[in-house]
Amino acid sequence: MTDTTTTPVTAPPVQPRLAGLREVWYYFSHSRGAVIGLAVFVALVIVALLAPWIAPHDPIFQYRDKFLTPPVWQAGGDPRFIFGTDAIGRDILSRLMHGARYSLLIGAVVVTISLVGGIILGLLAGFFRGWVDALIMRIMDIILAFPSLLLALVLVTVIGPGLFNAMLAIALVLQPHFARLTRAAVISETNREYVTSARLAGAGNLRLMFRTILPNCLAPLIVQATLSFSSAILDAAALGFLGLGAQPPIPEWGTMLADSREFITRAWWVITIPGIAILITVLSINLIGDGLRDALDPKLKRS
Amino acid sequence: MLKFLLKRLALLIPTFIGVTLVAFFFIRILPGDPVQVLAGERGVSPERHAEVMRQLGFDLPLWQQYFNYLTDIFRGDFGTSFASKRPVLYEFFSRFPATVELSLCAIFLATLLGVPAGILAAVNRGKWIDQATMGTALVGYSMPIFWWGLLLIIFFSGYLHWTPVSGRIALNYFFKPVTGFMLIDSLLSGQKGAFTSALHYLILPTVVLATIPLAVIARQTRSAMLEVLGEDYVRTARAKGLPSRRVVALHALRNALIPVVTTIGLQVGVLMAGAILTETVFSWPGIGKWMIESVNKRDYFVVQSGLLLIALIIMTVNLIVDVLYAIINPRIRHQ
Amino acid sequence: MPLLEIKNLTVAFDTSVGLFKAVEGIDLHVDAREVLAIVGESGSGKSVEMLAVMGLLPPTATVTADRMMFDGKDLLNMSVADKRKIIGKDIAMIFQEPVASLNPCFTIGFQLEETLRFHLGMDKRTRRARAIELLEQVGIRDAASRLSAFPHQMSGGQCQRVMIAIAIACNPKLLIADEPTTALDVTVQKQILDLLVRLQAEHGMGLIMITHNIGVVAETADRVIVQYRGHKMEESDVLTLFTAPKSGYTRALLSALPDNATGDRLPTIGEYVEAAS
Repeated sequence: MTDTTTTPVTAPPVQPRLAGLREVWYYFSHSRGAVIGLAVFVALVIVALLAPWIAPHDPIFQYRDKFLTPPVWQAGGDPRFIFGTDAIGRDILSRLMHGARYSLLIGAVVVTISLVGGIILGLLAGFFRGWVDALIMRIMDIILAFPSLLLALVLVTVIGPGLFNAMLAIALVLQPHFARLTRAAVISETNREYVTSARLAGAGNLRLMFRTILPNCLAPLIVQATLSFSSAILDAAALGFLGLGAQPPIPEWGTMLADSREFITRAWWVITIPGIAILITVLSINLIGDGLRDALDPKLKRS
Repeated sequence: MLKFLLKRLALLIPTFIGVTLVAFFFIRILPGDPVQVLAGERGVSPERHAEVMRQLGFDLPLWQQYFNYLTDIFRGDFGTSFASKRPVLYEFFSRFPATVELSLCAIFLATLLGVPAGILAAVNRGKWIDQATMGTALVGYSMPIFWWGLLLIIFFSGYLHWTPVSGRIALNYFFKPVTGFMLIDSLLSGQKGAFTSALHYLILPTVVLATIPLAVIARQTRSAMLEVLGEDYVRTARAKGLPSRRVVALHALRNALIPVVTTIGLQVGVLMAGAILTETVFSWPGIGKWMIESVNKRDYFVVQSGLLLIALIIMTVNLIVDVLYAIINPRIRHQ
Repeated sequence: MPLLEIKNLTVAFDTSVGLFKAVEGIDLHVDAREVLAIVGESGSGKSVEMLAVMGLLPPTATVTADRMMFDGKDLLNMSVADKRKIIGKDIAMIFQEPVASLNPCFTIGFQLEETLRFHLGMDKRTRRARAIELLEQVGIRDAASRLSAFPHQMSGGQCQRVMIAIAIACNPKLLIADEPTTALDVTVQKQILDLLVRLQAEHGMGLIMITHNIGVVAETADRVIVQYRGHKMEESDVLTLFTAPKSGYTRALLSALPDNATGDRLPTIGEYVEAAS
C-alpha cells in the first residue's frame, strides 16, 4: 500500500510547457506579418553568419579606381559592385553583409545584458519589497527620467566612444523596462496559491524566485526583449551616425551613414542603401515582436 | 485631487535628487580631473591647477561639493560654457525655443494624424484599412529617423527642390527674436514672405521628428479603442439607439483618450532623443544639436547641465501629464 | 398579435475553429404586459437571442430568422436608421453588470438625458425635470443632486436603478432584462426585482427576464422558456413548469435546486447532460 501512494507526484512540467509553446506557435504562425518578419530575420542571421564567405569583397578594401560607383542598374554601374561603392571605393554590399553581423551582435548582447540585469533587479524588488524595492525602483525611475539616446550619448562620452561601450550604454538605458516588468509580474504572482503552496512545501527564496515565479512572468519579458532588440539596433545605429558608436572602418550601418552624409546630393545610394538595411532589420524584428505579443497575450487571443 | 497632486510631487523628490546626482557625478567620473579636462591638451601648471581646483570648489569633501552644486542650481547657476564663456543657462534658453517649436509642431502633427488613424483602424478591425494603417505605423515605428531625414532631403530638397536643406529661415530675412519661435517672430516682423519661409524650413524636420510619435500614438489609440469598444458601456450606448458615430466618437473615444493622453505625454522623452538626431540632420539650432556639439567639443559643463535641464523638463512635462490624466479621468478626479 | 414574435432564429458566430451556432431554431413570442422568463445555464444562448433582437451582436455574428416582428414592424428587413428609432425607445435593455454598463466618463444625468434628447427631442429644462422624475421612480433618493454623480460614486444596486431609469425613459413597450440581479448583493437583488415587476405593471410593458436563477422565474414570470445549448427545451406557463415539467432537462434543473434535493448529494445538471448524450 505505502509503495503505491508515493508515486502520484509525477506531473511532468515539460508536457504542458511544450503544449504551451505549440499553442504560441499556432497563433504566431497565423499572423502573416509575424511569419514574414521571422523569415526575413532568419535570412539576416544566415547572411550575418556566412558574411566572410558569401560577401563578394573585403568590406574594408578600398578600390582606389572605383570611388562612388553607382549600383549596377544605374548608368555607370559596375557588375562587380551590385550596390555600388562608397566614397573611398569599398563595396557597399560586402559592407552591408558584414554590418549585419554587428547589428545582430549589438541586439543580442544588449538584450542579454539588460534582460539578465533587469530580471535580477526586478525579482529582488518584487520579491523582497520594502526598502530594496524602493531603492531599486527609484534608481530605475532616475534612468527613465532621461531620454534614452541622450543618456547613452552621455555615458559614451564618459567611457569613450566605440562599439562595446555603446552596447553597454544602451543596455543600461534599456534595462529599467525589464526590471519594471519583472517586478510587476512578480508582485502579481507572489500572492497566487501556487507560490504559497511551493513556499509551504519548503522551497527556498532562490528556488521560489527563479523556478516557481519567473517562468510564469516570461511572456511580457519575451515581448519586451524582442522590442528591445530592435531599439538596441536603432540606438546603436544612431550613436554610430553621431560618431559615438562603432568607429570607422567598422562597417556598422549607422557609421556607414555618418561616413557618407557629405555625399548626400551626389550619390544617393551611399545613404539610401544602409538605411534600408537598418529599416528592414528593425521592421522584421518588430513584426516578430507584435506577433509574439498577440500570441502570448491571452486577452487578445479570442476571435 | 490636491492630495493626488501632493503625492505626485513628493514622488518627484527622489527622482530629482537622483537626476542631480547623475549630473553631479558625471563631471567627477570623467577620466582625468575637471581642470585637466578643461585645460585639454595644452596642459596646465601645478600651481594654476591647484588654484582652479579651489576656485571651482573641487578641493572640498564630496558631500559639500554636491551641496554647493544643489545650491547653485537653485540659484539658477548652471555653470559656464567652456567654449563660449557664457552661462550655460543663457545658452540653453537661447536654443530652447527652437527645440520647443519643432517639438510642439511634431507632437501636434503626430496627434492630429495618429488619433484619427488609430480610431479608423480600430473601427475597421481586420479590414484592409486597419492592415494598411497599422502596417504603415509599424514601418514608422521601425524608422531610423536620422536616415529618414536624409532620405527626405534627397527627395524633397535635392530632387524636387521644394524644401531647404537646413536652418530655420531663409538668410535674407533678419529680425530680432522676440519669442524665439520662428513662426511667431516671422509674423511679428511684418516682413513679407518671412512666415512662409519659416514654415518651409520647418516642414521636413517636423515630419521627421513626428514619425515615431505618430506611429506610437496611432498604435496606442487603436488598441485603446479596441479595448473600449468591447466594454459594456459601449454596448449600453448602442442599446440606447444612438448613431454609431456618436457611440464611437463620444462614448468610446472619451474613455480611450485616457491612456492615449498619457502616451502622448510620454512622447516628450522620445521627442528629446529624436531632437538630437533631427536637429543634427537639419542643422536646426536647438538644444539637441547644442548637446551633440558640446559632446564633440568636450564642453563638459554644458553636457552636464544640458543633461540635467532636459531631465528636469521631462519630469515637469510628465507631472503635467499626470495632472491632465487625473483631470480627464473622473475616477481619479472625484476621489 | 404578440408584441414580439420570433420564428426559427439562428445565430452563428464565425470563430477561428469554424462556425459556431449559439442559438438554433428558436421560436418565441411575448405579448404586451406579459412577463416572459428565459432560463438556462451560461452558454445556452439566452442572451445572444435578445442581443440579436437589439442588433447588438458583434460583426462576427450572423443572424437568420424566418420572422422577427416587433409591434407590427419587421425587424429583419428594416434599415439601420429605422431600427435605431426603435432600439432604446420602444425596446430597451438592461444588463448584468450595472457598474460596467454605465460610462465611467460621463455623469448619470448626461447618460440619462442623452436618451431623452435623441428619442424624444426634449429641450434642456424638460430633460432635466424628466430625468429627476425617472430617478425618483426607480427609487433613487436625492435625485436632483445625483444627476451630477459619476457611476463610480454609486453602488452596484444604484447603478442598476439608473440603468433601469435609462431603459424606461421613453416608456418602452418591451423591456429586456439580461440577468439584472446576478452581479448584485442578495438583499439588493430582491429590491431590483420588485422594482422591475412594479414598473412592468405600472407602465404596462412587456418584460423579458433572462436568468439562470429559477427563483427569479418563480417570483416574476408569467411564462417560461427553458433553453439548453442554443435549443428550446420547454415552454410553459410558470405554474406548469414547477408542477409538471415536460422536459427531462427542466426536471434536472429543478432537482438541482437545494430545496428539492433528496438524499445527501446535490444532483447536478451534468448528470442530465450525460444521460442525453
